[in-house]
Amino acid sequence: MIQFIVRRLIASIPVLLGVVIIVFILVRVIPGDPCTAMLGEKANAERCAEFNARIGLSQPIPVQLGIYLKQVFTLDLGTSTMFGRPVTDLLAQRLPTTIELTFYALLFAIVVGMSLGILSASRRNSAVDVGSMMVANLGVSIPVFVLGLVLAYLFAVVLKGTPIALPGVAAGRLSPGFRFESIAVAWGMKDLAGPPRAVLDFISNMYTINGLVTLQFGLLFDALRHMILPAVALGTIPMAIIARMTRSSLLEVMGLDYVRTARAKGLRGRVVLFRHGLRNAMLPVVTVIGLSIGGLLSGAVLTETIFGLSGVGLTITQAITSRDYAVVQGFALFVALVYVVVNLLTDISYGYLDPRVRPS
Amino acid sequence: MSTAVDAATGTPLPAVGAAERRTSRSLWRRVLAQRPAVIGLSILGFLVLVAIFADVLAAYDPEKSVIGTEAAQFAKARAAPCIHALGCPADRPEHLMGLDGNVIDEFARVVFGARVSLLIGFVTVGGAILVGLVIGAIAGYAGGWVDNALMRLMEVILAFPALLLSIVIVTILGAGLLNAMIAVAIVAIPIYARVMRASVLSVREQDYVTAARAMGDSPIGILVRRVMPNALTPMIVQGTLGIGTAILEVAALSFLGLGAQIPTPEWGQMIGREYNNIQNAAHLIFFPGVALTLTVLGFNLLGDGLRDAFDPRLTR
Repeated sequence: MIQFIVRRLIASIPVLLGVVIIVFILVRVIPGDPCTAMLGEKANAERCAEFNARIGLSQPIPVQLGIYLKQVFTLDLGTSTMFGRPVTDLLAQRLPTTIELTFYALLFAIVVGMSLGILSASRRNSAVDVGSMMVANLGVSIPVFVLGLVLAYLFAVVLKGTPIALPGVAAGRLSPGFRFESIAVAWGMKDLAGPPRAVLDFISNMYTINGLVTLQFGLLFDALRHMILPAVALGTIPMAIIARMTRSSLLEVMGLDYVRTARAKGLRGRVVLFRHGLRNAMLPVVTVIGLSIGGLLSGAVLTETIFGLSGVGLTITQAITSRDYAVVQGFALFVALVYVVVNLLTDISYGYLDPRVRPS
Repeated sequence: MSTAVDAATGTPLPAVGAAERRTSRSLWRRVLAQRPAVIGLSILGFLVLVAIFADVLAAYDPEKSVIGTEAAQFAKARAAPCIHALGCPADRPEHLMGLDGNVIDEFARVVFGARVSLLIGFVTVGGAILVGLVIGAIAGYAGGWVDNALMRLMEVILAFPALLLSIVIVTILGAGLLNAMIAVAIVAIPIYARVMRASVLSVREQDYVTAARAMGDSPIGILVRRVMPNALTPMIVQGTLGIGTAILEVAALSFLGLGAQIPTPEWGQMIGREYNNIQNAAHLIFFPGVALTLTVLGFNLLGDGLRDAFDPRLTR
């Protein structure tokens, strides 16, 4: 097993390097002077000379690549022209929102998707089955931004004033009047500094966790209310894919000999379904869950834009409109790296669950 | 891929003439036996008709405002739909889906949007397939380090979340419909390159390919007549699903302001321009949204149906 993990790790190094090199090439082919592109309005002859010397634009391309690789490995992704601060700082500030959003979206996708799939498979060809699969087919076809807007219209405009109304378009992450502070402050560790403080601040930015650990349940519920619609909109496509995969995988497994044997032993239907069927039907579902995380990262760009959640995705679209290339490329690189790592973990977990995948 | 061409070259084929025609007819029947595929085909047939007869269906220009041609009290931005059959006063000009933010008839824009979207889907996927074919064929034929380099490159492209890589490419190329299509096509190339390479590898050492080579067929001739037929089925399935995805991704880019620009009637762009007005003009989100969803649903259902029909393991 360890050998398998090591081999997969080594195999993913060229891909990771390739991702970095592709982003490097993309950065270099931006039309126009990279100095004006990077510095924006602050560019002038003096600053440009300093800038070009700093990022090594006067050097040959391979040397430039070397410099860029060094920058990436030392976590230097340049400076945002829009915010005037290092891209890595910005990333650390915006990432918690996206983690929170994708977590709830994935939670929705797994819980609802697997339930629909199990329900469909156990009552094959019933009205429940046909209905669930119609939902699944529609779910993979409806664009994230259309679904998000439809949900926002239903819950924020049509149901306005009712108890089940939810915050809609551009609502942000908290209602007006709610304040959030660092967990460190709430726990009475105001003077904490350095890396521990940075980690606590990072976690504090996930408002639902913040509300939970500091016992501010008002904050928790308000943050959750703001998260429901974006999470459902974002999670619907993976939900539909998981539902279809669970159904087909479960149907396949339930037709196998050992399931018949289990039935013949006189085990109850439910025991057979969950113990013998679902357990073995889970393999392809796990893969699909892992692969759908890339789609979630893409979809987060659109979802955050619609609902005004200041995460990685919204920052990317803001950076596009203000031509803040350093942010676009830095964030894109980061997301791509996350994607590669998630795929790697999916592969490894697959090997862990199914010994046949492991090369001996 | 007719038999006449092959008779002219005089080389034997693995599957020829009537038999081939018979299997293709039974395949067609198998596709039509799938309910989802039939629903998908119906949706797409409807959309193609709408796209062809857009000029007939729409009473208004999809790119010109009605200001000046209609009474000032009616020609208002984001006016609600006015349908005479549903009780809208007869003296008001009829706008089935209302007017958009630029006081243009929304129905005309949605209808012409079908034309734009279908064009986007076919051109984008067509381009991606073409480049994918070439890359896959080169990789499969050449083998060695060429194969390795090309396939690693494809792997790296697949390592990016699709929409994100297209966003980065468009920021470099500049916003615009054509650039958005190029970006989406680039991201889609690896899928087709892989299919093509697999087909080349699977037939490269077959006796009938060796025979064709011995009889003096050029590599291109072998590629077109011996390799491509093997790649056709997975290409059709992937391409059908790919068109839906391509339309979706170009629409997403347009939604973000990176794709189609005003006044092109493109559904994603129409939604992107108006979503902040959802409180008072939901019809401007609803109609293009339904059109977009329906189109993608059609391609997805047809693609799934084709895949099941072509899958020999699923014979019923």
